[in-house]
This record gives sequence, C-alpha cells and structure tokens, in this order.
Amino acid sequence: MNQFSYVRVTSKESAIAALAKDKTAMFLAGGTNLVDLMKSGVTNPERLVDINKLPLATIEETKTGLRIGALAKNTAVAENDLVIKHFPLLSQALKAGASPQLRNMATVGGNMMQRTRCHYFYDTAMPCNKRNPGSGCGAIGGFSRMHAIFGASDKCIAVHPSDMCVALAALDATVIVAGPKGERKIPFGDFHRLPGDTPQQDNNLQRGELIIAVDIPFNQLSANTHYLKVRDRASYAFALVSAGAAMQIKGGNITDVRLALGGVAHKPWRLKEAEAWLKGKPATEENFRKAAELSMAQAKSQGGNAFKLTLAPNTIVEALKTAAAQA
Amino acid sequence: MDDQLKNEEHTGTSRRSFLKKSSLITALALTPDPVLKAAEKGVDEQIASAIETMPLNVMINGVKQSVRIEPRVTLLDLLRERLHLTGTKKGCDHGQCGACTVHVDGERVNSCLTLALTTEGREVTTIEGLADGDNLHPMQEAFLEHDGFQCGYCTPGQIMSAVCCIREGHASTPEEVREYMSGNICRCGAYSNIVDAIMDVKQGGKKV
Repeated sequence: MNQFSYVRVTSKESAIAALAKDKTAMFLAGGTNLVDLMKSGVTNPERLVDINKLPLATIEETKTGLRIGALAKNTAVAENDLVIKHFPLLSQALKAGASPQLRNMATVGGNMMQRTRCHYFYDTAMPCNKRNPGSGCGAIGGFSRMHAIFGASDKCIAVHPSDMCVALAALDATVIVAGPKGERKIPFGDFHRLPGDTPQQDNNLQRGELIIAVDIPFNQLSANTHYLKVRDRASYAFALVSAGAAMQIKGGNITDVRLALGGVAHKPWRLKEAEAWLKGKPATEENFRKAAELSMAQAKSQGGNAFKLTLAPNTIVEALKTAAAQA
Repeated sequence: MDDQLKNEEHTGTSRRSFLKKSSLITALALTPDPVLKAAEKGVDEQIASAIETMPLNVMINGVKQSVRIEPRVTLLDLLRERLHLTGTKKGCDHGQCGACTVHVDGERVNSCLTLALTTEGREVTTIEGLADGDNLHPMQEAFLEHDGFQCGYCTPGQIMSAVCCIREGHASTPEEVREYMSGNICRCGAYSNIVDAIMDVKQGGKKV
C-alpha cells in the first residue's frame, strides 16, 4: 500500500472542508472496499479523511418514511426492526451481500460507493478505462462472465456489485448529500451512472460531496417481497444475476409492483416497463414470464456472459413467484 | 511516561527536520507520487506527514496498548508484526477468507481490511484473549472435540467467528450456521465438523 496521511474528523463541515482542501484525499468509512483497492494499487489516495466518528449512523422514522444514516452498518440496517417491518426487501438484500464480518464493517454510504469487482479493473497490469481512462477495456472480448447485459458501452462493460443498491433502487429511495455548496437530494435511480464514455465516474456525486443519509418513502409493498441472488456458491459471492421484487396483491391482482436487477449493469437495473405492464394483471407465473421477457428486450450478451440472457429472466420469474407466494 | 512522550516528540521533530533538509534527495530516492508532488510545490510539511507515524491507544485482550504507527498499518499487521500476537492469521489479506477475524467492540470483523488507526479507543479481542487462563473457551474445546480442522490455519478465524455466530443468535440450525459462517473459508474442508462443534456449543448452553 502506498503511504498516505490520515485525519479524523468529527463534523460534516470539517469532513467536507478536508476534501475540498486536498484533491488527493478520500473519505474512509468501513474501508472494506477502499482499503482493498489501496492494497491492490487501484486507488491511491494521498490522504484519508476518517468519517467514522460523524453522528450519521441513526435509523429513524420520519413522517413519510425511514431515514437511514450513511454510516449505519450493513448489519445494523439489515437487523433493524423498522427496516424489517417496512422494507423487508432491503433487509433481505443486505443479508445476501458479503459475509457477517464485512457487513459489520460496511456502511450504507460505502456500499453505494463501492467499485466494480471486474477482474480487469483490479489487475493493474491490464487495460481498464475505469481505472486508467483511455487504456482500453480488457473485458470486452476477454473474460466477461460476470459482466453487463444492459447499458454497457464500448468503453466499459463492468457491473455494480451491490445487493443493497438493488433494493434501494426498487424502493424509490432518495440520497441526501452535503457538499461545499450545501445539501442536495439525488433520486436513487440517478445516483449511479451508465459507463458511456466516462466509465471512471461510477456515480453523480460531485467532488467533495459526502453522503449523509438515504430516505425511503413508505409503501404498501412489504407483504410480498423477495430478493433472489444467483451466484457461484450458496453464500459469500457476488451475484451473477440478482432480482429484487416487491408487490402489493389484492384479490389475486397486482396493484403495485417494484422490480430491479443486480449484477447485470453498471448501476442497479430498475425494470419500470415490466412494472407498468404487470400493474393490474393477475399474479400468475404466465404474467411473470411475459414481464421477464419484456424486461430482456434491450439485453445484449458480451460473449462470456451469454448465459445471463437466460438466467436473468428466469431469476425475475422466480423472484416474483416467491414474492407472490408470501403470506 | 512524560519522558517517553518527550522522546517521541523529539524523534518526530528530528525526522521532520531531516526531511526538510533533504527533501530533494528524499524525493528523488523514494519517488512515490505524493512525495514528488509535494516536493515540486515545496510543501515539505506534506512529505513529513505522509511518512509520519501517529499515536494509537487501543485495548487488546484487556491490555491497553499505546503505539505509534503509520496510517497504512492494518489491525492485522499491528497484531502480528508489532504486538507479536500471531494467533490471528493472514490468509488472503483481501477480506475474502476470514482467517484474520477478530472482535472489535464485541463484533467480528476482518482485521486485514481494518486500518489500525480506526480502532482508537476501542476494544479488540483476538484468539489469544478468548481462553480464561489455562481454561480453554468452550468453542476451542468443541473444535478439539469435533476435529473442526485439519491444517489449522483458518481455525483462529473460525473460532472467533463462531463465538459471534452464537452471540448474535445466528446458530439456531445447522443451515443457519452454514450461512452465518460463510465468511470463513476452510480449504481443508472441515466444514461439517466445524458446524458440529458450533451446534454442540450452542446446544450445550455454556456462556460464550
């Protein structure tokens, strides 16, 4: 690991100021991804601003939903009574991610900021437009088993690895960030970016902005939810494909539904067309299958991940079926 | 103590002065980016701070440790290389195997991805701190009893993780134990015996 300097901050203001002052500085929260990236020489900050002492770890009920502090640990969120009651999909997604040890360390904000696990991004001997813009993409035409089937570009086909973010995208969360110019809100669907010509930018945070909290609005979708993660081993592995489904079913008909995929794109992949198509229709496997087919219209294989064109719709159907079968 | 502090401060100042005097030579010899950039800007203070050590006070297995370390030292390296608590193992060093599992404020974490400075003022327990004198912890006994290992390299991490698995309430069934122990890899494949050991401790009802 390269040498760096380290400073602890105790207020949002000093955290933001510390980053504004030093262009080579980065925030340190749980460190589960950043420290690893620094060991591999992929990310080389010259200064770490430790934000772990900031009072941003609370989970509280507001008039319109839940506000989850950016420094709340993944375990704390997954096991929080309010989260389990109102947004079981979020709890399920979090528990599907990483290991108990890592979930004890990782924070909500850090989970959102984690980088792709593309092998070419991690291997500094390989070309990668995300790590080293302009150097090319090793994954295109290379080992592309884990890679994107939606929204990829000719510069980058990496996927965002988070499970939590799939649930937050499906639940219409809003991200609250603070920066040198004050606070602003970003709809969760606009937080992460598609790679386009600038895959080095994972998200739309501006330099020096700090994630403060995530707001999730109340909904009527808690009775029928399921997060299904398909991976190479039963636990502690990144998703090949994952699907988060939450439905409201009345008299056998779907009155409201949210659907999002993980492991298939550079950002959590919300399936709004399928949601619109399903609304008002009977909750049957036939309809789930049609919605899944509709979701795949824009999907494109990179070669090594051609199996995802079959796995993704099957995962959608299975997630919807399991969600619909809940009490 | 005061003398010691004074000495440390003195050492720090000397090092900084040395760096200031020889910043160009240092920069050329070391040539990592931060140093070169700082040298170009004439910001010697920055060079010093990048290499300087920082104080850390942390309780490890009930003993207060006060050390000075570089910011890049992980908790795992602090334990093994500085404090010679080599029970905690370095497996992958990337948070993928769980061999380095320790407890920080009672919660299991990967010490390889924990920068030691982030444990300031906190309590760390390692495998060396689990037994009560010569009496092994019930989980250590159970691993012996059930042959919960072959080579033993992953064992300290497995045991530290297993203790938390029960304390967290995640050991109701063998299936739940398998899920909540998934952060600890055993290349010898002693998994079934590890699950047996944990279930035995859980069902035995002894305090963990």
